[in-house]
Amino acid sequence: MSTKEKSWWIVAGVAIALYALSPIAWIVSLSFKAPSDLANGSFLPTVFSTENYGLILNGEASDLFLPALRNSFGICLIATFISCVLSMFAAYAIARLDFPGKKFILGTALAVAIFPVISIVTPLFNLWRQIGLYDTWPGLIIPYLSLTLPLSIWTMSAFFREIPWEMEQAAQVDGATTWQAFRKVIVPLAAPGVFTTAIIAFFIAWNDFVYGISLTSTGASRPVPAALGLFSGASQFEDPTGAIAAAAVIVTIPVVVLVLVFQRRIVAGLTNGAVKG
Amino acid sequence: MASIQMKNIVKKYGDGFPAVNDISLDIADGEFMILVGPSGCGKSTLLRMIVGLEDITSGDMVIGGDRVNDKAPRDRNLSMVFQNYALYPHMSVYENIAFPLRLAKTPDDKVDRLVKEAADVLELHEHLERKPANLSGGQRQRVAMGRAIVRQAEAFLFDEPLSNLDAKLRGQMRTEIARLQRRLGITTVYVTHDQTEAMTLGDRVCVLRKGSIQQVASPRELYEQPVNLFVAGFIGSPPMNFLPATVQGSTLTTPFGTIELDERRAAAVAGHDLLLVGIRPEYFEDASLVDDAKKHLGSTFTARVDVTEWLGDQQYAYIPYDAPDTIRDRLRELSKELDSEELRTQAIVSIDASSRIREGRDAEFWLDSRKVHVFDPESGVNLTRDEQAGAELTRMADEDRQEQVAEAAGGLTGERTGGSGSTAA
Repeated sequence: MSTKEKSWWIVAGVAIALYALSPIAWIVSLSFKAPSDLANGSFLPTVFSTENYGLILNGEASDLFLPALRNSFGICLIATFISCVLSMFAAYAIARLDFPGKKFILGTALAVAIFPVISIVTPLFNLWRQIGLYDTWPGLIIPYLSLTLPLSIWTMSAFFREIPWEMEQAAQVDGATTWQAFRKVIVPLAAPGVFTTAIIAFFIAWNDFVYGISLTSTGASRPVPAALGLFSGASQFEDPTGAIAAAAVIVTIPVVVLVLVFQRRIVAGLTNGAVKG
Repeated sequence: MASIQMKNIVKKYGDGFPAVNDISLDIADGEFMILVGPSGCGKSTLLRMIVGLEDITSGDMVIGGDRVNDKAPRDRNLSMVFQNYALYPHMSVYENIAFPLRLAKTPDDKVDRLVKEAADVLELHEHLERKPANLSGGQRQRVAMGRAIVRQAEAFLFDEPLSNLDAKLRGQMRTEIARLQRRLGITTVYVTHDQTEAMTLGDRVCVLRKGSIQQVASPRELYEQPVNLFVAGFIGSPPMNFLPATVQGSTLTTPFGTIELDERRAAAVAGHDLLLVGIRPEYFEDASLVDDAKKHLGSTFTARVDVTEWLGDQQYAYIPYDAPDTIRDRLRELSKELDSEELRTQAIVSIDASSRIREGRDAEFWLDSRKVHVFDPESGVNLTRDEQAGAELTRMADEDRQEQVAEAAGGLTGERTGGSGSTAA
């Protein structure tokens, strides 16, 4: 690459990064502005104030925000865990075994993934109320599984297909049962795939708004995105902009941490050296 | 250690194609058996049926007296070295070798001792803590072998273990495998398409073609008394030359002059009009370099040399000849079956390295007619095969093997006592 070409790449890269990051920077700066300062017309706050954070963590909005944060973490982690375990087995079967209906399962998974959420929310709302799942954790975990499972199965089966079958056969010859071969050889090799899938599944659940707002009514199960929509200002003439911005920043942190932590584990090419390179 | 018996083994795939067709083979305890054949002959499938990775459509697989058809691979107690080694990339070399022991719930101190022993045998000591990805091809190969020898398996199975190595390393590992097998005296089945490996390693070699056994014999018998055209063409490098011939009494007329047959062979070929004579390259010689005492045992002829190849220790000359269309087609078909693409009908003859025969000139050659074989071009059967001589060669090889196994057993017990002595100290 010539120097000229290289500098163009850098310029374009910086421009794209700025474009993508500017809304986030804006939200961060908003979250540090005092209510009177919100419309100051400049990007940076005149005085850095943590008033908004105090409001949502200790103040009057904390009744709404803190339970929601707890719910979001609990529900999303459980949904992610269940969907990873289930999709691991499903993807293994799809990648390794030849059984009738394999194509059908993959096709159905895809159909479910592209099915518009909004169209099933109303029936689900009625059903959940009838059977007592409305405004409970399972009441959200189950719909979240329907969002995360199809994608998890697809990504994970792609990873399983990459693992040479000889690995497993070698393990079987070495004296492993199918389960031991799966646990000691296949799962460690598929670990990057499992982590990638887990992150994707967690994000999908974490970002959901439609189910969160429709299937909950109290702090017993309401997740953060829904809670954000219910924030109100100090008076009815005041927008809760600062509080929402502060909450948005807090909600973004786990996502960033998650990616940074698991980035190390998502190492491509772990199978190098398994077979002849 | 155990013997392996196969009785009428058949493997049919979903489309009804028989990859392995009615194979019966007895492999004795401690024997080194080679399965060899061109690609697609079913040799790997057969090996995978022994180890249990492939279902057996019909027939009996008996290992150490037990029918194992319905046993899972882990219950057969065999160890296998895969073509691509199939090492576990997330484990260190030590854990790779220890893996079968860990699965068998061996106590840690014993695992440590056995892994160290295997590492000693294979000279892997300084690599024990490394990951397979950081090893060279030959080292990976040795790790795969370490994983195979670390436990007391009934038999070793090798699936083309050297085909991923370069030529020099292949030669070294070949001798390494031979030494290891002799030392441990464990029944071994080795699949290869490389005939050098087949000839040098095996006590007996089983030549397969399209899922059927052609001949099972010691390498010497295969070479000297092949049962048909296929085996004769497959074993030997450069391959055996096949010349068209007509017979009159005890005289064969070939493009390279006439060949006199002895009584036994003349009787065997009587009644056929068109025949194929199989002559190994080394049965030829530059006529000017042949001892007078030997000369009358063969015939001499003059032919034009197309190309010569001087290799230092020997020299090859290529002599084109004409053949009738039927023979030409038959030979082309044969070479296709043997995975080679022989376009011309030409003979490859091996002559002394000091010979001054030149390309493009006529030269006089001598042909040793004592060992030529005559084949029926239609069926491919070797008409002049001497069964007794062949059986004698295999019997001799068998005696050698038994002697070696006995020696290995003696040596191993000695070593074991020595080993336990050192642990006690």
